[in-house]
Amino acid sequence: MTITRSTFLRAGIAAAALLSAGPVLAEGKKLVFVTEGAFPPFNMTKPDGTLYGFEPDLLAEVAKRAGFDYELKAQAWDGMIQGVADGKFDGAVDAVTITAKRLEVVDFSAPYTTGGSTFAVAKDSGLTLPGTGTAVDLGDAAATEASVSAIAEALKGKTVGVQVSTIQSDFLNTYLAPRGVTIRTYPNGPDVYQDLMNGRLDAAMSSITNISAFLKKNKDTAEATGASFKGGIMGAGVGIVVQKGNKELADKMSAALKSMSDDGTLEALSMKWFEMNVTPKL
Amino acid sequence: MDLSFIGTMFLRILGGLPLTLNLWGLSLLGGAILALGLNLLRTTRVGDKVASAYVFVFRGTPLLIQIFMIYFGLAGFGFIRHSVLWPFLREPYWCGLLALVLNDAAYTSEILRGGLRAVPRGAVEAGRVSGMSRFTILRRITLPLAIRQALPAYSSEVISMLKATALVSTITLMDMTGIARAAISETWRAVEILLSAAAIYLALSLIVTQLSVWIERRLSPWQFQRTNR
Repeated sequence: MTITRSTFLRAGIAAAALLSAGPVLAEGKKLVFVTEGAFPPFNMTKPDGTLYGFEPDLLAEVAKRAGFDYELKAQAWDGMIQGVADGKFDGAVDAVTITAKRLEVVDFSAPYTTGGSTFAVAKDSGLTLPGTGTAVDLGDAAATEASVSAIAEALKGKTVGVQVSTIQSDFLNTYLAPRGVTIRTYPNGPDVYQDLMNGRLDAAMSSITNISAFLKKNKDTAEATGASFKGGIMGAGVGIVVQKGNKELADKMSAALKSMSDDGTLEALSMKWFEMNVTPKL
Repeated sequence: MDLSFIGTMFLRILGGLPLTLNLWGLSLLGGAILALGLNLLRTTRVGDKVASAYVFVFRGTPLLIQIFMIYFGLAGFGFIRHSVLWPFLREPYWCGLLALVLNDAAYTSEILRGGLRAVPRGAVEAGRVSGMSRFTILRRITLPLAIRQALPAYSSEVISMLKATALVSTITLMDMTGIARAAISETWRAVEILLSAAAIYLALSLIVTQLSVWIERRLSPWQFQRTNR
């Protein structure tokens, strides 16, 4: 074939046709969801790289009921919500708590776990925090003040580790940092526990569910201690993150979550991964 | 783009400037001393092998991995946690500084070695026939010529160390990058925040570039006069 000017013209027209066909092809595309893959038991990564845990199971069921195709990818926590806000991903499932601050940039589905956060310490540290086994709602100012000041007293001059810009780091910076407790923030969740066990940290703070998964593997060396906190700046449970304004997807998923809550599937999933029911009645 | 937001973030990131400058300055100082030591070591046969191995390891592995190895790796050994070093290695600051010093020493020692090899043999011989001792030759002839020779390459290393300090944000240190990263995960406005941080780094490296040109001119003015005429 000889290459003439019209060859280029024809190739150009063909390319333009392909480009304009693009959006049509994208119609039945898979939605892209992301998770950290390092926040047991919500989401974890197998040695071969596949993601598993409570949230991958949950998302599979939600997608089945809401009727969409999806792909779940691993993405580091910092940058995750930004990625959804920018539309790089369609959604994120990473134990993301619904807070007023986050609602300014993204939308959420209905909550699928109720949350609550507490502390972990190394057993040989000899440190125990007051209020173990009690739950404090941050909406209750008097109870919060009593419990927080008791914990601050026990932690004075000590270092508490937490993952960066989580509800727990908000809590620590708001309530404990002004009372003489040093807060150290980590980009990744697992690093916090590593430094706790190395003795660099006196205590770590995370969600109850995350701490109980950590304790399952380290029950001889670490323990949970202190009151648990929820409500207020700790938000209103964990939901699926979607792009701001993507009400259609959020509503579809909320409806699916509601039906899972109604027929007991949600609770069954919770029992499977957490060995306790941490899900709300929707 | 929201200018008042950039302004706030700029000031917030400047809060990390003291730590960045501290790590930068001390790692260059420690690295330079260690680099000089490594080059003195190269005068013996065994020492030469040791110095080569050191440079090979620290130049051949990513700084990020070195930081992690010192911060997380060393802490994994019980005997280190119970040793006299632990009060230092417990603190992220000392781990970060140690990694930066060790890494900088490897690069600086190679730059200095290049400079030393470029010292003309005649200059050293002239010193020797004038009756200078070995130390005086090192102080008055070899090092000044070597340092002048190494200066352009060294100014690159100085800038590269400035940027290398950003990696300590991975081990919880709140330098300028650490603060920027925390601010991004709070506000999810990466562009404005990263631009503010980049502008500060750029300003700092501009100072280094200008300073190194000025020193070069001072140390060998004839080179610059010839090109100007």
